[in-house]
Amino acid sequence: MDLKLDHHSEDRLTIVEVEGEIDVYTAPRLRELLIDLVNKGNFHLLVNMEKVDFLDSTGLGVLVGGLKRVRAHDGSLELVCTQERILKIFRITGLTKVFGIYASVEEAKEAHGRDK
Amino acid sequence: MATVELTFSALPAHVRTARLLATAIARRTGVEESLLDEVRLAVGEACSRAVEAHRLHCPEEPIRIELCDDSGRFEVIVTDVAPSDELEHTPERAPFRLDDPLGQLPDTLVSGFGIAVIAGLADDVEVYPSQKGMRIRMSWPAAAGGLSPV
Repeated sequence: MDLKLDHHSEDRLTIVEVEGEIDVYTAPRLRELLIDLVNKGNFHLLVNMEKVDFLDSTGLGVLVGGLKRVRAHDGSLELVCTQERILKIFRITGLTKVFGIYASVEEAKEAHGRDK
Repeated sequence: MATVELTFSALPAHVRTARLLATAIARRTGVEESLLDEVRLAVGEACSRAVEAHRLHCPEEPIRIELCDDSGRFEVIVTDVAPSDELEHTPERAPFRLDDPLGQLPDTLVSGFGIAVIAGLADDVEVYPSQKGMRIRMSWPAAAGGLSPV
């Protein structure tokens, strides 16, 4: 499956919807989107990965790169993910300590609201 | 004896083909369903690393993957011909450090990072780096009664 990307803003939070496979072939598109969003002043990003079928280290690198960019603007990049197959790669790499990972968009929005 | 051998040019689009092929053969060989995601990810990581290395050093050369079902295990060997020593010593491709991912990881693939992921996925991994390329061998248990190739 190819990669489908979409995004919309709610209040100060930009929700990035990702569907499909994030790998060495498709990850550049996600990277471009994250860079574009940051360049346009969107510094609080929530990446919804509930429809991601596959994620490899290239995709992780793109997410970490996005996190570094938003943090440079005192922003945040958090994730929505409940799929064990995807969470496993975050655990293997220790990135569960780096990203805020939520069970749903609503849960993430509530947490984001509390932190404002 | 190798069951299937595949060579592919160093294009990111072919990595998906390689990992789908590996997953299909792992299933047929009798690898447990619960391990197939690990096979898919580990093979994808190995092939991604090889593609990136070839694109840097020898984009015209193909990458080789061998899928074997000997002695109750499903074995995958990914071989590239890019000089891996240079990759390891290039500053922006320093080995990944789990204690400082934000400081270490650029938003492109890091050689050591992919291998760290593979090591976390396969219970049996051997990495043979050399000036002539890198060979990554990994294997998973396969049921003795895997499907026949008919």
